[in-house]
Amino acid sequence: MITLILPNLSENLQAILPEISLALTLVAIVLFDLIFIKSKKFLPLISIIGLIVTFSFVILQFGDPKYAFAVSGNLSFLSLDNFSAFFKLLILITTLFIVLFSMSSQEVNSCPDRHGEYYALILGMVIGMFFMVSANDLILIYLSLELLSLSSYVLAGFVKTSIRNSEASLKYIIYGSASSGIMLFGISILYGISGSTNLHEINSILQSPTANQLTFLMSILMIFAGIGFKISIVPFHFWTPDVYEGAPISITAFLSVASKAAGFAVLIRFLKITFAQGLDKSGYWQMLSYIDWQMLLISFSIITMTFGNFAALWQDNLKRMLAYSSIAHAGYLMLGVAVLSDQGLMAVLVYFSIYLFMNLGAFYVVMLIANKINSEEIDDYKGLGYSLPLLGTALGIFLVSLTGLPPTAGFIGKLYLFIALVDANMITVAIIALLNTVVSLYYYIRVLKAMFLDKTDKKVEINLSPLNYIVLLLLIAPVLILGVYFTPLVNIAKESVQLLGF
Amino acid sequence: MFLLLNTGMMGVFVALDFFLFYIFWELMLLPMYFLIGIWGGPRREYAAIKFFLYTLLGSIFILLVMIGLYFSSMETLADGTRVFTFNLLELMNHANYTETGILSPLNPNNLRFIAYIGLFIGFAIKIPMFPFHTWLPDAHVEAPTAISVILAGVLLKMGTYGILRISYPVFPELTYQLSWYIALFGMINIIYGALAAMAQKDFKKLIAYSSVSHMGFVMLGMSALNTMGISGAILQMFNHGTITAMLFLIVGVIYDRAHTRDLDSFGGLGKQMPIYTGFVTIAFFAAIGLPGLSGFISEALVFLGGFGNGTTRILTVISTLGILLGAAYMLWTLQRVYLGSLNEKWKDLTDLTTREYFMLVPLTIIVIYLGVNPSPMLNLMNASANAMVKFISDAQGIYSSLNAF
Repeated sequence: MITLILPNLSENLQAILPEISLALTLVAIVLFDLIFIKSKKFLPLISIIGLIVTFSFVILQFGDPKYAFAVSGNLSFLSLDNFSAFFKLLILITTLFIVLFSMSSQEVNSCPDRHGEYYALILGMVIGMFFMVSANDLILIYLSLELLSLSSYVLAGFVKTSIRNSEASLKYIIYGSASSGIMLFGISILYGISGSTNLHEINSILQSPTANQLTFLMSILMIFAGIGFKISIVPFHFWTPDVYEGAPISITAFLSVASKAAGFAVLIRFLKITFAQGLDKSGYWQMLSYIDWQMLLISFSIITMTFGNFAALWQDNLKRMLAYSSIAHAGYLMLGVAVLSDQGLMAVLVYFSIYLFMNLGAFYVVMLIANKINSEEIDDYKGLGYSLPLLGTALGIFLVSLTGLPPTAGFIGKLYLFIALVDANMITVAIIALLNTVVSLYYYIRVLKAMFLDKTDKKVEINLSPLNYIVLLLLIAPVLILGVYFTPLVNIAKESVQLLGF
Repeated sequence: MFLLLNTGMMGVFVALDFFLFYIFWELMLLPMYFLIGIWGGPRREYAAIKFFLYTLLGSIFILLVMIGLYFSSMETLADGTRVFTFNLLELMNHANYTETGILSPLNPNNLRFIAYIGLFIGFAIKIPMFPFHTWLPDAHVEAPTAISVILAGVLLKMGTYGILRISYPVFPELTYQLSWYIALFGMINIIYGALAAMAQKDFKKLIAYSSVSHMGFVMLGMSALNTMGISGAILQMFNHGTITAMLFLIVGVIYDRAHTRDLDSFGGLGKQMPIYTGFVTIAFFAAIGLPGLSGFISEALVFLGGFGNGTTRILTVISTLGILLGAAYMLWTLQRVYLGSLNEKWKDLTDLTTREYFMLVPLTIIVIYLGVNPSPMLNLMNASANAMVKFISDAQGIYSSLNAF
């Protein structure tokens, strides 16, 4: 057990400057909310400023890997490496977009007196995720996961008057608490085996195989249940469609990108730091041979993507369909992890950065349209491509990108994933994943079909504010540009695969 | 949409890099979906999604082979470093392959055979080769006339172009071994397409199946692996583009006026629209392969080439039956629609307008000119066809020596 002796507190505090600045922003929001009871329009502005300050702190963390709150050597609570900085950036960008989303979301604006909690909780989630992506200790992983979850439970039911919201929140709490309980149990078993909660220390203890196979497998599966709940892989996905459909759209988008990113960061760090012995010269991780890691991860991912894609085929609600599609995407991302190599990790990072823009974009358009027509049913989208050419085209681009067709960025994400797979000689898996892509085309194109091919007399008009145009542009531009010019992103991702300790 | 489609098509034909080729290849799918889906006939949605799913299924195989090839070959850059490459010219050179690449001929356990099949299926769906052809009649029937013309005139060629451009140079040894099967499928295409065309009642569907039949000639010519066969195949691609474009325009003209394509409801249009019928006759005769029109030259070259190669000789002989069947369904159609007594219902139909002259006259000129004097085209392609043939026959020696150790 680590005893907390911190000789150089100021240095350690400097290492968590981003988290501190987020916490200060949170406090500022709460204070402003209390002082200026009438006017709430400052709150998003404060959040945006806080996020931008944090952004600059995170940028400074690039290229400067170190342990923070360390007792000695790598026995630390946090490891601040490029990998965590990359994920922090992803989370920050997502949060910025979500704050911008919320400013024009009707659902959020319908409860103006509670805006203070809304933005405070979002920032609370972000702090949780920040600690999650750099946590180096099982206790901290668990605590930050809970911080994230608790805030998101409340946010999912933010519109109290809406039954759908409350139902989503309740379901989320029940599933969430059960799975985090299971995860805690798994952590305690792992602690029982190894006598430590530090990932590095567990690794060095596990190097000499003493543990009972069955116990070990049980604890791993239990921890997977906790993380799998966050990234919604099958069979821990049951909450996803209901919560995504019920929650306010801005929160749905946030859950589907940011909290998934944090979950993946934890999964990758947990796997690589705890169970990898070392790297071979082409970047493959040599895993401790307790269980067949690759088989386990591949089966998770194939089941996840196949289930997600096939379930999405029958959905008539666009939000629900996007929920299943995000399950399917979690499956693709898991494939990148399952390769167990730096190449695969890079593919995950690239895929995630692209997934961020396309998924947020899809949700954004759905939100703007839902603000007006109060519906997310695909049937209500008939002919929208003609009455709303801009939004229709934008949604079209995002959906095509989610399918993974060139020249959109989604193709590049998939391409790197398949490159990693083929490089690792996992051809069969690659073929299954590609066939899944063909299946997914059908339900994405269904929306386009409703929008452009079905004619209707109904005319819908939406007046977009300049802010809406800017956000839309900021989301579309990366999807199109990264589809053609992706080298910078790939280079950043290449830099960011280095985890501290390897 | 149409311009985006054109970008894709141009891109495919100029790309010398497999990656670019693939990007452009995929780029064409989406505009095509919308072109058929928005402006098509009554069953347009079904046809559009069928087209999309079929071709996407084909392209995932191409994508996999592409990635596999990327990891199997190294290109030497100007500064001497060696990197993985998508460059097709480098992929042609067996010396660029790595020892362990899964698609490398130097690797004794390579998967080149499977990759070749995958790649071939990918392109075959586009050709479309039997048994992957079922999207074509649907897409053609539902698509508006202009899109049908593009679909038949250019899009189908991409399949055969892809085979010539990628399958042949990158996998020369397998091409040689499998040429009999390519010819077999060519033959099936010819005969099956012709028989299916004969059974159609819908004018446009008939043309669609005739185009399946004609693409069979292209495949037969390619499989011959000699200069005559390959240049015949390329010329046939071009001629098929012009002739089928004419045929679809002809259907478009009549559909514009009569709003039906049912063959049996017409009759005696020759009296009502004499000039139009003149164009029809030229197009039909060219499609049959009557001497003096361009279809004859390419089909003759294909047959000569196919007959000249011992492996494909018997298949070629059977394929000549296709000409007979072609004449049968074309002439039968001519008789049903344009000859005989005029159906009273159609006595108000007018002859061609200026716009339609502009469409049909240039194509007719090309068809007749190439039928009389094909050498300008043949000269253009002779050098590359020769090079291709030489490359493939050279490659046999190289690759068999590679497999020896």
